Amino acid sequence: MGAQLRVYKRRIRSVTATKKITKAMEMIAASRVVKAQRKVAASTPYATELTRAVTAVGTGSNTRHPLTTEVDNPTRAAVLLLSSDRGLAGAFNSNAIKAAEQLTERLESEGKQVDTYIVGRRGLAHYNFRERKVSGQWTGFTDEPTYADAKLVAAPLIEAIETETAEGGVDELHIVYTEFVSMMTQTAIQAQLLPLKLEEVAEELPSKGEILPLYDFEPSAEDVLDALLPRYVESRIYNALLQSAASKHAATRRAMKSATDNAGELIETLSRLANAARQAEITQEISEIVGGAGALADATAGSDN
Amino acid sequence: MAAELHVELVAADRQVWSGEATLVVARTTSGDIGVMPGHQPLLGVLESGPVTIRTSGGETVVAAVHGGFISFADNKLSLLAEIAELSDEIDVQRAERALERAKSDADASAERRADVRLRAVSAR
Repeated sequence: MGAQLRVYKRRIRSVTATKKITKAMEMIAASRVVKAQRKVAASTPYATELTRAVTAVGTGSNTRHPLTTEVDNPTRAAVLLLSSDRGLAGAFNSNAIKAAEQLTERLESEGKQVDTYIVGRRGLAHYNFRERKVSGQWTGFTDEPTYADAKLVAAPLIEAIETETAEGGVDELHIVYTEFVSMMTQTAIQAQLLPLKLEEVAEELPSKGEILPLYDFEPSAEDVLDALLPRYVESRIYNALLQSAASKHAATRRAMKSATDNAGELIETLSRLANAARQAEITQEISEIVGGAGALADATAGSDN
Repeated sequence: MAAELHVELVAADRQVWSGEATLVVARTTSGDIGVMPGHQPLLGVLESGPVTIRTSGGETVVAAVHGGFISFADNKLSLLAEIAELSDEIDVQRAERALERAKSDADASAERRADVRLRAVSAR
């Protein structure tokens, strides 16, 4: 076998192996998307009921609460960025990071100091590389987040918002995550989590415009709100974590699918080149034989004379 | 037909139980509360404790609930809990082990959780 042909054969073998790997990753990601979507669906009843309850207390009483009260001159804001631990997901992480940076820029232009909290190793690596200050970080659960993880993330954020701004607390809490729209579309979105805008919360209910009854609060409206709002924040963060996980798997699936397709194309091109090289080799051998036979025939014809 | 109320018992990550009931007893921060059909709209904070649901079929469903809320309106009762387990889902031996461990570590909240689980099982 000629040197050229051998090189082509080796490359085809290596690309075939890569294709098998990316194909496997694509299939794993596809099954994980379904699992993550199921988790989003399973967490919906709790989120809906909680939203109902928050709206009921918020609209049914005149209670003012640090979590719902907007400060006149907000000076500090917290941004929570949800990225993933692992890459190989196309533009998933860079889109989320870009959205977070835009938000930070906007908040800073409004004169607010921004504290950044990050979930996921990718986002963290981006900030650490640029030597930016990160106020809080969590890694290791972005593929399959549980409610306990959401609680863990929510705890310091709720604490920060309950602290007075002068003592290092924050006035606002924003969250940046990737919304799972469909298998093909995932968009990075920025949302203000706190202070809560009760009108917006009410908008999210499936039964819009429903008149909520006058509730009897047990023990009192303030206590209920006290207990309810942190749970609401946790549930929102949990939902965002789940959506982000589903989006990440969908992005991985898509990235791996195009990698598999590219590998297939590459194999085809290389096979064509290998065939051409083999053909050229054969042609060369034939012409050598023909040339050799001709030279031999000439030589014998010459010796006859 | 006896009056009924619709009950949804949901935990943060799943729906635990849903169905029709005639009486629900739960523990709020200010004491046990019993809800029957036609109760006044109510929103309360739950303590961790067992929740007893008397279904319209005459059966009794007991669940261990750790923190959460009870809300009742329009004959619909929602029990929201971060963690909720039906009594027949609870692993008694595990709960007992957890109770021992919590006692030796002097972890009051873990001890209470394990205790609630065991009481939910014994109330079955």
